[in-house]
Amino acid sequence: MVPETPDPAAERPDDASPKADPAPERPDSPEPSGDSVGTPLVRFEKVCKRFGDTVVLDRLDLDVEAGRHVTLIGPSGSGKTTILRLLMTLTQPDEGRILIDGAPLDARARKTIGMVFQQFNLFPHMRVLRNVTEAPVHVLGMDKDEAAERAKGLLEMVGLGDKLDARPSQLSGGQQQRVAIARALAMRPRVLLLDEVTSALDPELVAGVLDVLRDIARGTDITMVCVTHEMNFARDISDLVVMFDGGRVVESGPPEALFHSPRHERTREFLSAVR
Amino acid sequence: MTTGLYELLLRGLWLTVQLTVFSAVLAAAVAFLAGLARLSRRWIVRFVAGVYVEFFRGTSALVLMFWLFFALPLLGWQLAALWAGTLALGLSYGAYGSEIVRGALRAVPPAQREAAIALSFTPAQRMLRVLLPQALPEMVPPFANLLVELLKGTALASVLGIGELAFSAQLVRLATGDSAQVYAIILVMYFVVAFVITRAMRLLERRAKASVGRAPGRSRGRPTRVPPGAIDPAVGATATVGGGTAGGGTAGGASPGTAAAGGTATGGDVA
Ligand SMILES: Nc1ncnc2c1ncn2[C@@H]1O[C@H](COP(=O)(O)OP(=O)(O)O)[C@@H](O)[C@H]1O
Ligand SMILES: [Mg+2]
Repeated sequence: MVPETPDPAAERPDDASPKADPAPERPDSPEPSGDSVGTPLVRFEKVCKRFGDTVVLDRLDLDVEAGRHVTLIGPSGSGKTTILRLLMTLTQPDEGRILIDGAPLDARARKTIGMVFQQFNLFPHMRVLRNVTEAPVHVLGMDKDEAAERAKGLLEMVGLGDKLDARPSQLSGGQQQRVAIARALAMRPRVLLLDEVTSALDPELVAGVLDVLRDIARGTDITMVCVTHEMNFARDISDLVVMFDGGRVVESGPPEALFHSPRHERTREFLSAVR
Repeated sequence: MTTGLYELLLRGLWLTVQLTVFSAVLAAAVAFLAGLARLSRRWIVRFVAGVYVEFFRGTSALVLMFWLFFALPLLGWQLAALWAGTLALGLSYGAYGSEIVRGALRAVPPAQREAAIALSFTPAQRMLRVLLPQALPEMVPPFANLLVELLKGTALASVLGIGELAFSAQLVRLATGDSAQVYAIILVMYFVVAFVITRAMRLLERRAKASVGRAPGRSRGRPTRVPPGAIDPAVGATATVGGGTAGGGTAGGASPGTAAAGGTATGGDVA
């Protein structure tokens, strides 16, 4: 008997519908890494998601090429979090399918995806180092010492090399979020999902977290799917910005284009509201 | 009172302690098994566990004891009185304990489970490495109440002729005719054992909370806020655990006191 909930990646309706339109691509961005020519690393195919009568996603098509950094923007309630949760298998689509490297998103594919939450969600009963080593050791089967070494390196990188033995409750929000980033990276994800990772932070702590993320965006080939209201940050790191509203993509494009000359009124309104 | 009679009482005390310990071990095992089963993803497992809990909460430990000791032999099983008592108490109090286990697990913020899924822990790993360690300290105080209730519930076993404390007291009273003194003595004896249990459990609670990085006594703040709208709002509600009082009668009380989870868990589906 295993209590708790179903492994969410286990089952989903199979939709053999024809190929969806590929999402707009940014022509002048660097070539994605070679392993995925032609196949996007992440693909949403006509994905529908409803909660009761609320249609949150309405036949969503979205492609993310390997190595790209995609930022999702849109008003509150437009389904941005839902997209990330679907990818993390925290919730299941009602229709359509999600492909990772061309294959359905299952428990194995999930191991290539990491997520950082708005509220950090560190494990309060583990010290900082253990938060970062636990999954590599028990999920990836990594040697304990090796996991500890790597975790120390990652914590060093996020500026917390001196907090290995601290408890999460002893850290500031910004520090906790940086531990959470290290914890996600420790699993060597190919895709990193970031859901408003600075929204819960006091303003003076935001910059530290964003700097870490900028370093990751520049220094690694990890694909990033990011939800943020930090437009400057989005402009800095994104290859592609996708504007959502009403369960659909309103428009998408490179950050300069989308921020400076949005084509849709909805986008214009949203951008002026957040700035 | 002669020394012989004192010895009788002390032997009774020893049997009471034994009965308490054996029943508590069984009750704890049953509580975890049934508590986890009630959160299972399989409805049939949840259903069976639910039936068990409802049944044993709804029947009195006393009747159960009678049944195990006097009716089971008719079906060909003769249990020793001590084991019939242990079984009846363990199953009854285990049913209450399972509510404590379930409630404490559901009080762990759902975001913890999601963080564990995001790291690809298996369901068993999620339970053992993430949820249970956070739920255990929450279980200690209501379990302490339940254990004291169980101690007092052992007096029921005197009906099976087990020479535990209440039974011995009865014998001594018959021998001396001095009810006041005898019952005063066993009152103190029960109290001392209950006191030891309470103290020990408080120590355990403090250590358990320290081990998960929380100060004892502080009401449990949710370490993380759930983003509004990201999760069904009902799931966020915490479960009511324990809250029982340690005050049931001893020999007379036919049903396991009032400890155990007063309110069952509230909130949305774990699934
Ligand atoms: N578990 C849920 N149950 C019911 N409604 C939900 C649930 N999760 C999200 N929603 C609803 O779906 C919509 C989209 O939510 P969300 O993806 O969190 O939007 P965003 O992140 O863009 O603000 C909202 O209207 C929200 O209330
Ligand atoms: Mg959101």
